[in-house]
Amino acid sequence: MNQSEAIISVTGLKKSYKDIEVLKGIDFTLKRGSIFTLLGSNGAGKTTTVKILSTLVKPDGGKAEICGNDVVRQVDKVREYISLTGQYAAVDEVLTGRENLHMICSLRHLSDGEQKTKELLEAFDLTDAAHRRVSTYSGGMRRRLDLAMSLVGNPAVIFLDEPTTGLDPRGRLAMWEIVKSLAAAGTTVFLTTQYLEEAEQLADHIAILNDGKIIAEGTADSLKKEIPNGIVELAFYRKTDMEQAHSLMEGYQISKNEAMLTVNIITDGSVNQLSDILNRLNQSGIQASGFIQKLPTLEDVFLSLIGEKQGVNNQ
Amino acid sequence: MKTTTRMGNMIQDVLTMFKRCMLMTVRNIDALFTGIAQPALLMFLFVYVFGGAMNVGNIDYVNYIVPGVILQCIGQCAGITAISVNNDLKKGIIDRFRSLPIAKSSVLIGHALAAVVRNVITTVLIIIVALLIGFRPTANLIQWLAAMGILFLYILAITWLSIIFGLISSSAESAQGLTIVCILLPYISSGFVTTETMPAALRIFAENQPLTPIIESVRALLLNTSPDGKILISVIWCLGILFISYIIAVQLYKHKLSK
Repeated sequence: MNQSEAIISVTGLKKSYKDIEVLKGIDFTLKRGSIFTLLGSNGAGKTTTVKILSTLVKPDGGKAEICGNDVVRQVDKVREYISLTGQYAAVDEVLTGRENLHMICSLRHLSDGEQKTKELLEAFDLTDAAHRRVSTYSGGMRRRLDLAMSLVGNPAVIFLDEPTTGLDPRGRLAMWEIVKSLAAAGTTVFLTTQYLEEAEQLADHIAILNDGKIIAEGTADSLKKEIPNGIVELAFYRKTDMEQAHSLMEGYQISKNEAMLTVNIITDGSVNQLSDILNRLNQSGIQASGFIQKLPTLEDVFLSLIGEKQGVNNQ
Repeated sequence: MKTTTRMGNMIQDVLTMFKRCMLMTVRNIDALFTGIAQPALLMFLFVYVFGGAMNVGNIDYVNYIVPGVILQCIGQCAGITAISVNNDLKKGIIDRFRSLPIAKSSVLIGHALAAVVRNVITTVLIIIVALLIGFRPTANLIQWLAAMGILFLYILAITWLSIIFGLISSSAESAQGLTIVCILLPYISSGFVTTETMPAALRIFAENQPLTPIIESVRALLLNTSPDGKILISVIWCLGILFISYIIAVQLYKHKLSK
């Protein structure tokens, strides 16, 4: 990637809290005007990464730059370019929506704070609730206000740490629309999520963070080839049947659950693979007690990716 | 679009934070009135119930206790300050402030300014209540100004002390709990009774703790009697507490935020 295009560049970033190594050296670069998603489960190090990039926490090692400014040595410069929306809505409960926005306009030293406040209230559908205290807002309204506050001063990069956690499906869709329109307007969006679907929906570029390391990175399309699209779960009556079925599925990535007597087979989601699996089972004459086709969870993706890396397929 | 001077920005940030804290005070005005009601009720109790039995020399008991009641009121306000600082640290809004290009100190200074305003309002109100129940100060203008000056310094000192309480506590309840010391200390001073009647150990403490010279200076100034050099001691105590509390509070704040 051309250096001038890179709005965020991170190399070898490390962070430990006491004895726990949260980030074990991560690298990525981010283009201007794109949506970047850091996908990972709880405790993977997503929030720590966001906190380092938004100058709240100092890294132990490595380097991170935003618009060419170091996040440790040029803190004030970096803060001019960024805006953070943390996991918990960073709004003042006792103030009204308007007061919250106006306060941030003042802190950004805007001379047209009144106008900007009005615009943002309209853009985020909060005009009717503008004079009400935030403590009376719904979760979705709080998130919208939170995001509106983050947009004051037109930051070049906006960090969204799990923006849809705790929102209902409608709120989630609304948030996705907002994120897309932000990127369309030229803002670079750095977002973290636990949801595979969210990453696929939004991101131009996805990095999967697991246990402090990036285990896969690329565009949504390129990652799709690497990550499973479907999972077939076969259940059995007897342990021997399960063992036998397990050995039949040569060539697939599979895992078994001895307690539940089930075998999970990762597929590309195609009808071909599905019928192949059922054929193999049919020909062997093993009787299965049940069959489910599931969408892969983030855990399945991790298992699959880590499995490939360690060369322990079919274990 | 943007103003450029650093100092101008800093003042603007502090004013914004001050405005925010004042809005929060206005929205939670009950807390402020409770802060006045409690010492005011105690003052009624002391004056009308115990007053007759109290022997504090040749001055009216109501005239004697007003400075102690004012200091108690300031102690009550300290609770509000400690709670609001503590609440701020626990909420997401502080992360937003931290990631904004603003003067770091503005958050605490905003709290301190709002606390001073709350304290001045409550002090004035409690003096009015005292006047209504027979408080008759005989001070001239200079003495009034000097008394108010000492109280103002005490307010500043207790404000920064309560900010420390807010910063070190894990919950708003414990933050407020720590400020109890500011409410109790006036009792163990010459605020409500003369120290001569206290047991020896308590008497030594009462006569040497900072509130006694502060209360006695304010009382002497308001009643137009001789403060016996206690004004200087009071000012030194107030400035000392203020200076040390301010330094500790700022360091604690930086430490808290760098986690």
